Amino acid sequence: MPDLLLELFSEEIPARMQRKAAEDLKSLVTHALVERGCVYEGAKAYATPRRLALHIAGLPARQPDQREEKKGPRVGAPDGAIQGFLKSAGLSDLSQATIVNDPKKGDFYVAVVETAGRAVPELLAEIVPAIIRQFPWPKSMRWGKASQHAGALRWVRPLQSVICTFGPETEAVEVIHFDIDGLVSGDTTRGHRFHAPDTIQVRRFDDYVASLERAKVVLDTDRRKDIILHDAKNLAFARGLELVEDEGLLEEVAGLVEWPVVLMGSFDPGFLVIPPEVVRATIRANQKCFVLRDPKSGNLSNHFLLTANIEATDGGKQVIAGNERVVRARLSDARHFWELDQKPLPGFEHVEGTLLDQRLAKLRALNIVFHEKLGTQGQRIDRIVALAAELAPVVGADTAQAKRAAHLCKADLVTEMVGEFPEVQGLMGRRYAEMQGEAPSVAAAIEDHYKPQGPSDRVPHDAVAVAVALADKLDTLVGFWAIDEKPTGSKDPYALRRAALGVVRLVLENKLNLGLTACLSGHFGVIGQARSIAPDAGASGDLLSFFHDRLKVYLRDSGARHDLIDAVLASGQLDDLLMIVRRVEALGSLLDSDDGKNLLAGYKRAANILRAEEKKDGEGAFAGAVDSGLLQLDQEKALASALASVTRQVSEAVKAENFTGAMTALATLRPAVDAFFDGVTVNADEAGLRINRLRLLSQLREATRSVADFGMISG
Amino acid sequence: MTQAVSPHRSFQGLILTLHQFWAQQGCVILQPYDMEVGAGTFHPATTLRSLGTKPWRAAYVQPSRRPKDGRYGENPNRLQHYYQYQVILKPNPPNLQELYLASLKAIGIDVALHDIRFVEDDWESPTLGAWGLGWECWCDGMEVSQFTYFQQVAGIECAPVSGELTYGLERLAMYVQGVENVYDLNFNGLEGDEKVTYGDVFKQAEQEYSRHNFEHANTDMLFAHFKDAEGECRALLGKGDAGDHHLMVLPAYDQCIKASHVFNLLDARGVISVTERQSYILRVRELAKACGEAWLKTEAGGA
Repeated sequence: MPDLLLELFSEEIPARMQRKAAEDLKSLVTHALVERGCVYEGAKAYATPRRLALHIAGLPARQPDQREEKKGPRVGAPDGAIQGFLKSAGLSDLSQATIVNDPKKGDFYVAVVETAGRAVPELLAEIVPAIIRQFPWPKSMRWGKASQHAGALRWVRPLQSVICTFGPETEAVEVIHFDIDGLVSGDTTRGHRFHAPDTIQVRRFDDYVASLERAKVVLDTDRRKDIILHDAKNLAFARGLELVEDEGLLEEVAGLVEWPVVLMGSFDPGFLVIPPEVVRATIRANQKCFVLRDPKSGNLSNHFLLTANIEATDGGKQVIAGNERVVRARLSDARHFWELDQKPLPGFEHVEGTLLDQRLAKLRALNIVFHEKLGTQGQRIDRIVALAAELAPVVGADTAQAKRAAHLCKADLVTEMVGEFPEVQGLMGRRYAEMQGEAPSVAAAIEDHYKPQGPSDRVPHDAVAVAVALADKLDTLVGFWAIDEKPTGSKDPYALRRAALGVVRLVLENKLNLGLTACLSGHFGVIGQARSIAPDAGASGDLLSFFHDRLKVYLRDSGARHDLIDAVLASGQLDDLLMIVRRVEALGSLLDSDDGKNLLAGYKRAANILRAEEKKDGEGAFAGAVDSGLLQLDQEKALASALASVTRQVSEAVKAENFTGAMTALATLRPAVDAFFDGVTVNADEAGLRINRLRLLSQLREATRSVADFGMISG
Repeated sequence: MTQAVSPHRSFQGLILTLHQFWAQQGCVILQPYDMEVGAGTFHPATTLRSLGTKPWRAAYVQPSRRPKDGRYGENPNRLQHYYQYQVILKPNPPNLQELYLASLKAIGIDVALHDIRFVEDDWESPTLGAWGLGWECWCDGMEVSQFTYFQQVAGIECAPVSGELTYGLERLAMYVQGVENVYDLNFNGLEGDEKVTYGDVFKQAEQEYSRHNFEHANTDMLFAHFKDAEGECRALLGKGDAGDHHLMVLPAYDQCIKASHVFNLLDARGVISVTERQSYILRVRELAKACGEAWLKTEAGGA
C-alpha cells in the first residue's frame, strides 16, 4: 500500500501557529481523500519553524470505483420529467435506465451511474494545490513578483518549495506534479539553515526523517520539546539547580528551533533584589529563556537557560555571552524601574499618603478612559470603593480595609514596572503596598482582586480581597449591561463571561450568602446616575440570568446534573447562588433515594393527568382549595392530610434555608401518593369529586414547586 | 586607515560596509531624507515608492527621532535620535533572507558562531496606514533588525509586495564592537587622541533635545504647526490634482511627515490625552492615505 509524503517548506513560521497548522494540514488532506472514497491506515503531521510535513500511510493506489443509483420518475411520467431525469443522470436514452418496482409507488426508472476510480496520484495533484491555496492560516501574506496580480498565492510567510511523493514502501516512489503560481512540486528540500543549507533529495517518509536528522533538523515538535526539557534539567542538575518548568515557553521555544542546543548563562546576582516574578517575566518574554531556582530554598538563581538553534563552533561561548548582554540590559532596565517606583513621583510629590497614593493621583490626572460610556479609570475606582464598602459587611471584611484596598487596587497601572511588564499588574501593587506599610490584607487584596481569572485560577479567601474582587467584577458586569454591551456568541471582548464566572466562584468557594438582585439593582442605579445612562428595565434581571448561565456551566463542569439545576432555577427568581447550589445538592440526594424516585414518578403521573384535564377545563381550573367534605376514600383523605402538613414543613424549611429538611419532608409524601394512585380514580363520574381530586393533585404539584420544578427533571 | 573603516572598529565603517553590500545588490544608495521622521519607513523612498507596480531598490541611513525616548543622555541604550539603516526591495527577491544573512556576514557576524533567528513580529504603522508580516531578527537573543514584507501602505494594497529591512545601527555596532554603552561606540575607528566616540558626536544633542522634547517645546506653536501642516498637505493635494494624474505629491507628503513629527513632540510633552491621541493618529493616517492615492497617479507611481 502506497504512502504519501508532503512537505511545505517556507520561511520561518510563527511558533504559535505551527502545531495547529500541522493538524489542519492533516485533517484537510485526509478528509479530502476520504471524501473521495480513499481510506488510509494512518496519518501524522509535523511542524518545524521552516516546514509543515504530512505522512499518510496505507493509501490505495487507485480510488475505488463509484456506483451511484439515481432515482427517476415513475414509468409513464410526463415527458418533461423524463427528459430532466435523463439529463441529470447523463443518459442519452431511456433504454439505459432500469425499471424498478416499488409496491407502494409502482414502477419507476433508476439510472445506475458508474464512475471508474481514478489513480490516487491524480487525485492528490488536484487536492493538494487546492488545500495550499485555501489554507486556514490566522494571518497570511503575498510576496515577490507574483504578488502584483490579484489572486496570488498566500501563505504564512513565503513558501519556498513543496515535496509531494507517493509510492509503496518497497518500490520507487513517484513525484506528484503540480504547479502553484510557478512553484513546482518535487522531491527535494533543505536541511538546517546554517548547518546543512544544501538541497536534499528524498523518497519517502523514512528516509526523509533520517535525512533531515543528518541535516540537523528534528522534525517532530514533541521530540524537540523532550530534548530541550531533558537537556535543561540535566544542565540545571549539574549546577545543583532546578528548572522552573514552563510548558507554554517550552512549546514556543520548540517552535523557534530546528536543532535545539540548550546553553546556560548567568547574570549579576545583584539583580535578584528585583521581585522574582519580574526577573522571570523579563527573561521569559524578551529572551524566551528558562529561569532556575535553588531546590532547597526555592529562591531564583542568577542562572538561566537559553535554547540556541546551532551547534556553534566555539561550543556556544559567544551565543551565551550575547544572551547575557541582553539579559543584563533588560534586568538593568527592570531594576531602574523598580527603584524609580520607590521614589516620589515627579509632579505628585505633594499628594497626601504613600508612594502608591501618588501613583493613583497620576492615574486620575491622566484621565485614562476605561470605556467611553463608562468613564475614566478614576471614576471606576470610585465606584469600586463604594461597592466594596457595601459588600464588606456581607463577606465579613473590615470596611475601612476594603475601601483602602479598592482605592489602591489600580494604582500600580501607572508604575514604571507595570508599564514595562503588564503581566505583573496587581503583583507589583501588592509588593509596593507591603513596602509602604499597608495592612497585609490590603496589600494581598491589591494582587488578588483580579482573581480568579478563569475556571482554574486561584480564588482568594481573605475577606478584604473577596470584597474588592467582587466589587471589581460586579462593576464591570453592571457597567457593560447598563450600556448594553453584552457578550454575543463567540464575541466577548470585555471578558464578561470570565468576570461572571469569577463572581460565581468567589461566592461559592467562600460560601457567601449574597442577594444578587439587591446588589445589582443598587449598582445599576449608581452607574446610571453617575454616567447619565438609563439602563434597560430588564437589565438587572437579564444579568441575573447571565449569572445563572455561568453557574450552570460551573456546576455542570463539577459534575452536577443539568436537569436538576434547571429544575431548581425554574422554581423562582433565585438570586442567592449558594442557596441555589444547596437546593441542587439536596434535590440530588432526594432523587438518589427510593422515596425520592417514587415521589418523582408520582409527581409526573399527577402532572400528566393535570395537564390533560387542564386542556379540557382550562389553565388554573384546579387551583382552588380542596373541599374536605368531598374526600370520600381513605387514600384521598390520607393524601390531603399529608399534603397539608408537608406543605407547611417544606415552606418552613425553605424559609430557614434548610433544603435537606425540605426534601426530607417531601419524601414523606411518597406512601400517601402511591396509595392514592393505587386506590383512587381521579376522573370520577361525579363532577364534584373529579374537581376535588384534581385539586388535590394540583396541591401536590404546588408542594414540590417551592423547591424545584419537578417537571424539568428527566427520568 | 583601512582598518579604521572596518565594521568592527567604527560606527561609520559599519555604515560604509552596508552601503557597499547593498550597492552591489543594485540598490540606489540614497542620503537621509532632509526632514524629521520617526523611522526610515517615512522616507518617501520607502513609503511612496512601495506603492505602484514599478520595481525599486534603495538603501539609505535615516536619522530617526523618537522624542519620547529621550533620556537626557543618561541611559546606555535609549536615544531620542538614532540611525536606522533602511533597505527596500520591490518586488522582494525570492532570496531576501539569504541576502540579509549575507549582509550580516559582511559586517562580520559569523553564522557558525552566532545564533541568528527569525522571530515572528508583525509590523504595523497606524500613522502610515501600513502593515506587513515578517520577523524581528535575533542575533544571540538580541533584536538587530526588522524584516517586513509590506502588505499595505497608506491604506493601499502593495502590488507587488516590497521587502523592507531595517537595521538598528547603534545596537548592531555595540554588538560588533563589544561595548555596553552606546556613547562608548567608536565612531571613526581611530584610537587615542584621534578617536571620536558616539558620545562625542551626540551626547550633548541628546541632553539638549531631551530638555526640549519634555520640557520646553512650545506646545501652542506645535498645535498650530500641526494644523498648518495638515491644512497645507490637503491644499497641495488639491492644487496638484489634475484629474487622472497628480502634479504635487512629494511636497504634500512632506507636510504629512511634518504633522507626524509634530504629533510625536506633542505626545512627548504629555499634552495629548489618551482619547485625543487616537484621533491625531487618525488625522495623520488620512493624510498619508491621500498622498498614497495621489502617488499612484504619478509617473513614479506607475501611472
